[in-house]
Amino acid sequence: MTTVDRPSYKVIGTRPIRPDGVEKVTGKAQYGADIRPPGLVYGRVVRSPHAHARILEIDTSEAEAIPGVLAVVTSKDFPIAADKIEELGESAVNLRELSENILAHDKTLYHGHAVAAVAATSSQIAEEAAKRVKVTYEVLPPVLDVRDAMRDDAPLLNENRRTKSMDGSLSEKPSNIASIVQFKGGDVDAAFAAADHVLEREYDTTMVHQGYIEPHNSTANWNSDGTLTIWTSTQGAFVVRAQVAQVLKLPVARVRVIPLEIGGGFGGKIPIYLDPVAAMLSKKSGKPVQITMNRTEVFQASGPTSGSHIKVKAGVKDGKLTAVQASLNYEAGAYPGSAVGAGCMCMISPYNVENFDITGYDVVVNKPKTAAYRAPGAPAASFAIESLLDELVKQTGLDPLQFRLDNSSRENTSMVTGVPFPRIGAEETVRAAIDSPHYKSPIEGPNRGRGVASGFWFNAGLQSSVVVSVNPDGTINLVEGSTDIGGTRASLTMQLAETLGVGYDDIHATVVDTDSVGHNDVTGGSRTTFASGLAVHEAGLDIQRQMIQRASALLNVPEDGLEYVDAAVRAKNDSSKRISFKEIAAKSGQTGGPIVGKASLSARGVGAAFATHIADVEVDPGTGKITVLRYTAVQDVGTAIHPSYVEGQIQGGVAQGVGWAINEEYYYDEQGHLLNSSYLDYRMPTTLDLPMIETVLVEVPNPGHPYGVRGVGEVPIVPPLAAIANAVADATGHRFTALPLSPRRVVEELYGL
Amino acid sequence: MRRTQVQATINGEPVDFLCEPRQSLLEVLREELDLTGAKEGCNNGNCGACSVMLNGRVVNSCCVLGVEIEGADLTTIEGIGHADALHPLQQAFLEEAALQCGICTPGFIISAKALLDKEPHPDEHRVRWWLANNLCRCTGYDKIVRAVLKAADQMEEVKPV
Repeated sequence: MTTVDRPSYKVIGTRPIRPDGVEKVTGKAQYGADIRPPGLVYGRVVRSPHAHARILEIDTSEAEAIPGVLAVVTSKDFPIAADKIEELGESAVNLRELSENILAHDKTLYHGHAVAAVAATSSQIAEEAAKRVKVTYEVLPPVLDVRDAMRDDAPLLNENRRTKSMDGSLSEKPSNIASIVQFKGGDVDAAFAAADHVLEREYDTTMVHQGYIEPHNSTANWNSDGTLTIWTSTQGAFVVRAQVAQVLKLPVARVRVIPLEIGGGFGGKIPIYLDPVAAMLSKKSGKPVQITMNRTEVFQASGPTSGSHIKVKAGVKDGKLTAVQASLNYEAGAYPGSAVGAGCMCMISPYNVENFDITGYDVVVNKPKTAAYRAPGAPAASFAIESLLDELVKQTGLDPLQFRLDNSSRENTSMVTGVPFPRIGAEETVRAAIDSPHYKSPIEGPNRGRGVASGFWFNAGLQSSVVVSVNPDGTINLVEGSTDIGGTRASLTMQLAETLGVGYDDIHATVVDTDSVGHNDVTGGSRTTFASGLAVHEAGLDIQRQMIQRASALLNVPEDGLEYVDAAVRAKNDSSKRISFKEIAAKSGQTGGPIVGKASLSARGVGAAFATHIADVEVDPGTGKITVLRYTAVQDVGTAIHPSYVEGQIQGGVAQGVGWAINEEYYYDEQGHLLNSSYLDYRMPTTLDLPMIETVLVEVPNPGHPYGVRGVGEVPIVPPLAAIANAVADATGHRFTALPLSPRRVVEELYGL
Repeated sequence: MRRTQVQATINGEPVDFLCEPRQSLLEVLREELDLTGAKEGCNNGNCGACSVMLNGRVVNSCCVLGVEIEGADLTTIEGIGHADALHPLQQAFLEEAALQCGICTPGFIISAKALLDKEPHPDEHRVRWWLANNLCRCTGYDKIVRAVLKAADQMEEVKPV
């Protein structure tokens, strides 16, 4: 671990056991599908077998006649939603399109699009009934590839859609291109003309899925007083509440969302799919209704990330990266809203490039509406630029990491938006990679190669709200509203313990429902340990102030003569006058009542994340199988609050990136049927597909956070795509420009099959 | 549908229950017996989140029918250890931070226990080979493999001579 100017802490940087750990290793923790309210019945969704079709008729009579069937709903049971944008934190959604995605109105736009739903007394009866809902379709030609969808003669998903430009103007003709964004700086033409080396390439990636092991679920009860209770696994109970209230046209205060433990999300559990459907089935049946997706539904009809086609050109002069020109075409899925804007903004962020012209196209296709996936938009853009730079740097004869160091972004380097970076650790990650045992080791043997790549992600701030109660025995309850996907109850508890000087075990953290704490944005954008951490720190300072007030009366010293140090309040000029945190807590009833600290904020001071990865691979020339021999991920993590979980985030991100690079893809036939909607066919990495993943935590503290926290969760998925592809190029001498590097693709390209 | 009576030993206790012949063991555990530690990730034997030990062998409970466990000895995650007496594997998973979201954890612990019951001293490759039927999407497996190796070491240390 490299440490840059970091203070020493008592709790931060240690590795305590997470508060929710015992419940999880003993199988007691309650996830969304584990909840069983009394009277529970089961819902099932009817889905479109066609990628693009007009719904002519839905006949529910046969399903309704089955004994045990309690309710059937279609989009006609829902209020009509108008066009309105709802911010979801890491993404935004048009409410009319959200409503159409939850249950199709007049058209189905992808294989698996929900068209109706049933509730019955058992899941088996519900499944039977779903098969008996008769839907008559007029099948329409689908468009499945981003380049096909951009053509003038492409089938249109929505005849009224016009292309929106950055200035807000709309195209004359209807189009599948929903919007165009552009970022320009300097003069790329002049820079290319003056460059020593110029290279242009095109790259392709397919849709891939977040792959969380827990399928989407929702349990809803429409209460007799007209309020609605929803139990679900979500990255953000408050954005579920907001979306449900909008779709069902209910006042926000009448919807209560109770978040249960969540079995992975990675961005995919921010949008809602089932909640309004379960709610409406509950309203009609008078019972609590639970719907869980099966794995096929998760693949077909939740939100993967975009497939992409990217064209990029770069120029180098005297070892400096002088110009980049790129166009990024991203598949949004059935409705607009890919992360192409973020892709454009992330693409060259690791580098100080004066001249650039980057354009992004958000394009609808007959595939599921994409959702956020870990550093949304960045990995595909990074795959393109980092592959191109690898090839370009080889032409110059420079070392690829030295080239990255020479061109690295630093404090005050401008992003493509024109905003300068604050203190960042981009070059520190490159230096640590150069100095790593891995990079210093030789890569030897036939069919073996090494690749490197760097990556960037913004990280997010957004809104957090916490309440901290001090109990008479000196223990503390931390009440928070940020979903804990991977250890944030621990990382927030640790920051509060550090702020108050108390022990980690003195604090109990709970994630509560939407009635019980102020609004918290999603656990996404790598924001929770940073932004909810800021809130926890502020609430801790609030407690400190109150402790000083209480101590003033107890010690008979004016408040300005007191200070809070190490879980005690003492007189500044008389060390004998001192009262401990626990003593003040015990006397709180006599000194003004309960001591409760609060903080609500929109976090500022977000620290960006940079990473540099090194991959060694071996390519079997007979089968095309790629084996990852060794992998090292270097990342600027700001301050590692709980290093084990920081390492875990990095290792998990690398694993997903390696899967994206080598095996994972959405595979459609020409009619738009998803052919590989199971874990057997959608090939995620297993224990046997990965080596130990070495991590190097570089700590360049974020000046915008009292403990230097930067988000760590997302950037580790950015570099692996190119790091693996560059290693394969080194091993084989062949440059692959399309992912995944599956055995079939490797063999076909190597032998020109 | 007519329900069938089934008798089995579950986590050391004799249990009898009624279930429909079409219900999977996973459905029976979760919906009839309130044992929700086994999770449904895929319902077709690909992910291992529903792993249980049936007569000492690891099976995906989604691929076994409830009626098939008549007379059998079944161990689920609820029978591996509890808060006051964790199994060394559970303790190692906690200490090594071998879980993030935790949904796959019961399945991994069941599979790892079956391995250590059979082979007390596995090496890294053997652990990876044995756990390849369990999918985890959060950890990249690094800390899971380390936790299993650590538990194996610790179980060796505490064994009576």
